[in-house]
Amino acid sequence: MAKLESKTPAGPLADKWQRHKTEIKLVNPANKRKYEIIVVGAGLAGSSAAATLAELGYRVKNFVFHDSPRRAHSIAAQGGINAAKNYQNDGDSVHRLFYDTLKGGDYRAREANVHRLAEVSVNIIDQCAAQGVPFAREYGGLLANRSFGGAQVSRTFYARGQTGQQLLLGAYSALSRMVGQGGVELHTNSEMLDLVVVDGHAKGIIVRDLITGAITRHSADAVVLATGGYGNVFNLSTYARQSNATAIWRAYKRGACLANPCYTQIHPTCIPVSGDYQSKLTLMSESLRNDGRIWVPKKKEDAKKNPADIAEADRDYYLERIYPSFGNLAPRDVSSRAAMRMCEEGRGVGETGLGVYLDFSDAIKRLGEPAVRERYGNLFDIYHEITAENAYQTPMRIFPAVHYTMGGLWVDYNLMSNIPGLFVLGEANFSDHGANRLGASALMQGLADGYFVIPYTIGDYLAGQKPGAKTLTDRAEFTQAEQNVTAMTQRFLSNKGKQPVSHYHKRLGKIMWEHCGMARTRAGLEAALQKIPALRAEFWADVLVPGSADTLNQSLEQAGRVADFIELGELLCRDALTREESCGGHFREEYQHPDGECKRDDEKFGHVAAWEYQGEGQTPLRNTEPLNYEFTKMSVRSYK
Amino acid sequence: MVAEKPSKKLFSVTLRVWRQPGPAAPGKFVEYPAANVNPDMSFLELLDVVNDGLTVKGEEPIAFAHDCREGICGTCSCTINGKPHGPGHGIATCQLYMRSFQDGDVIVVEPFRAKAFPIQRDLVTDRAAFDKIQQAGGFISVRTGAAPDANSIPVPKEDADLAMDAAACIGCGACVAACKNASAMLFVAAKVSHLGLMPQGQPERDRRVLAMVQTMDAAGFGNCTNQYECSAVCPKNITHDFIARLNRDYAKALFRTRFKPVSGAAAGGAG
Repeated sequence: MAKLESKTPAGPLADKWQRHKTEIKLVNPANKRKYEIIVVGAGLAGSSAAATLAELGYRVKNFVFHDSPRRAHSIAAQGGINAAKNYQNDGDSVHRLFYDTLKGGDYRAREANVHRLAEVSVNIIDQCAAQGVPFAREYGGLLANRSFGGAQVSRTFYARGQTGQQLLLGAYSALSRMVGQGGVELHTNSEMLDLVVVDGHAKGIIVRDLITGAITRHSADAVVLATGGYGNVFNLSTYARQSNATAIWRAYKRGACLANPCYTQIHPTCIPVSGDYQSKLTLMSESLRNDGRIWVPKKKEDAKKNPADIAEADRDYYLERIYPSFGNLAPRDVSSRAAMRMCEEGRGVGETGLGVYLDFSDAIKRLGEPAVRERYGNLFDIYHEITAENAYQTPMRIFPAVHYTMGGLWVDYNLMSNIPGLFVLGEANFSDHGANRLGASALMQGLADGYFVIPYTIGDYLAGQKPGAKTLTDRAEFTQAEQNVTAMTQRFLSNKGKQPVSHYHKRLGKIMWEHCGMARTRAGLEAALQKIPALRAEFWADVLVPGSADTLNQSLEQAGRVADFIELGELLCRDALTREESCGGHFREEYQHPDGECKRDDEKFGHVAAWEYQGEGQTPLRNTEPLNYEFTKMSVRSYK
Repeated sequence: MVAEKPSKKLFSVTLRVWRQPGPAAPGKFVEYPAANVNPDMSFLELLDVVNDGLTVKGEEPIAFAHDCREGICGTCSCTINGKPHGPGHGIATCQLYMRSFQDGDVIVVEPFRAKAFPIQRDLVTDRAAFDKIQQAGGFISVRTGAAPDANSIPVPKEDADLAMDAAACIGCGACVAACKNASAMLFVAAKVSHLGLMPQGQPERDRRVLAMVQTMDAAGFGNCTNQYECSAVCPKNITHDFIARLNRDYAKALFRTRFKPVSGAAAGGAG
């Protein structure tokens, strides 16, 4: 049974982080260069961590599977980044940001972690502005803000609709600077395929060079994973096509606990699936719901009609009808589930019947087309590019899609997993968003972890370790891990199956979406737990991976990732089955209030579920970490 | 019209694709017929489908670079019918949809070609030279934690907006592939302009432009001869006006170094 100590410091909430920083151990500057740190991933969390650790004097090796660190999927975040600057003088404060984030997470995150996140949010904006990130400005030259969901203040900083891109390029520039100075050794096209644990401590990784196929061993005094979320377990999502869970999954199989995998966020406004060939879903910013009205036909037989031919009286503006006080701005999870119910009733629109209308005709009548174009023009353009439809003339069709995972590897307050020396940052960990993430909070967390948390907390671990893991690569643990990787590669390439990898990924995605998507039931999850192991057996028996191990082989890369997704999908369903409550991004139909809101069970499930691997074919162990709310009351989340 | 979309009319095309097994191996065009093409498919989704077909037949699929599939990561990099990112305007390869083509079309697909972007396999090229240029000077030196309050440095809105126009570069390399000289001037100009327009970027202004240009030259990119093919294919519509800024910055920096040495290792050689 894993030991899960949160190591949350004692003392008043607002003093915990300050006090912790002064109490944890330091590594003196001359000694820092004796320590090597591996950072895997170069999104916001990975590149900010690699750059900052190198600035401090540690020797950093950064591994990314992309051809450049600038390609990581943080780049695609649109909306913005929250910070408690109170530049608007509208009553914001660190405490308010803390409270909104904790409540948004449906009271399933650690208080102390969330408070620290709110505290360092202000430093992030300073840091990014100093790097030259071209944030939106007011005419006076000061920073502009916009409002976002789940908050009553205006605290979101942004750079047009490309905030993630600009923040990532800022972190990438800091990383590039340290690569240029020799502080970071950058390994691009390098995918981590195993974690090496020596005497109970994380001491290295096994890496495949995606261009040459070479498998290499890398040792270090600590390993930092910042490899993102696992939403592609659903196959179709707003994630990048190559986003994967391999690094965290293989760490899990080496003993790191995976916490709350069932907390998945489904975004209500995405462009619907158009066919079997589909590879990706595209998000349309939820700001559209400010002026668009969502509806489906009242009668099933109208679903295939041209929307212009459906009379006003035959339209069901179901969000306005069911949630009169919130209407079209009902929370993300509520809106997503309502859309699904409409489609289940056979009233979904579009070719596949999986879509609802988002209609701007009233807004255009009220404001005029130029005003609508001014507000949302770029989104209408994206919509047109993908669907060839003109949303000024006909309603958009939208449908929910997976776009973030709150679960991830379990970490303590220092962001260290239950394997000493293994740290996990950003979306890859589970720590700050509880059961649901608010908009504009992902960028905040990635950069908080990388710039302002890990540089302090990693020293506390390293100070207790003798430097010099360099000599370890000859150890049996490295040999065994490398053989593990090679054996898997050989197994794929020698398997004379009949179906390409994508075939299994699609089938897994369908099982996950049907049984473990927006609404989950005991029966559905039990069915999934039958279907997934069967799919896994079929995958290993019949997958066809062409080519060889010693070249660029994208089928081989995908095969390993999908093998891991199949296993992770099973764990996700198991977690969803055992969490007999609804909270945030986990909705069990059996547990809801009469109005369809999540019904939590704080008594029985006010805890973190951290799963521990027990070996091939064994049921994993469900460890729990109680969530002790010292300063806030767990209450019913209401936005009415 | 819209919801009235009956089944879309499917059509057929022929892909003529550059196949090259490895960096040193010779390459050639190979034709692949593609039937039942849905106009709502993206071009990369068609490649996915063709690849699954090849795999099932026991052939090796076409290697191509891709990731976000929403035009922001800059990974995808095909030259389609002779134009980097294909026939659209202001889009990356992943944003190209099959409705841009017609039944019977022959679509020629090649990697981005430039001396500084060696081919790794099929349609995948090595664009590490761009990272090298960034590492030489594409940054503002600010240690984590050393930043002043963000609002202590006001930036005129016009400057911030123009900086953002330049900063929108996704680093795909289409500008290089389109240029007859394989010049990376638009890419370098975008970064130099973005940082040069911000007050935070002033202290390192001369050093940055000299170091980046020097590294660009060393990587084997050609010079700009003002044809503007680069901005014509840029998926983010970055204007060649920024190249004028780069040239001005470079000339000024060079001039100033005659009188005042510029700190930093890379500065001297650019003249």
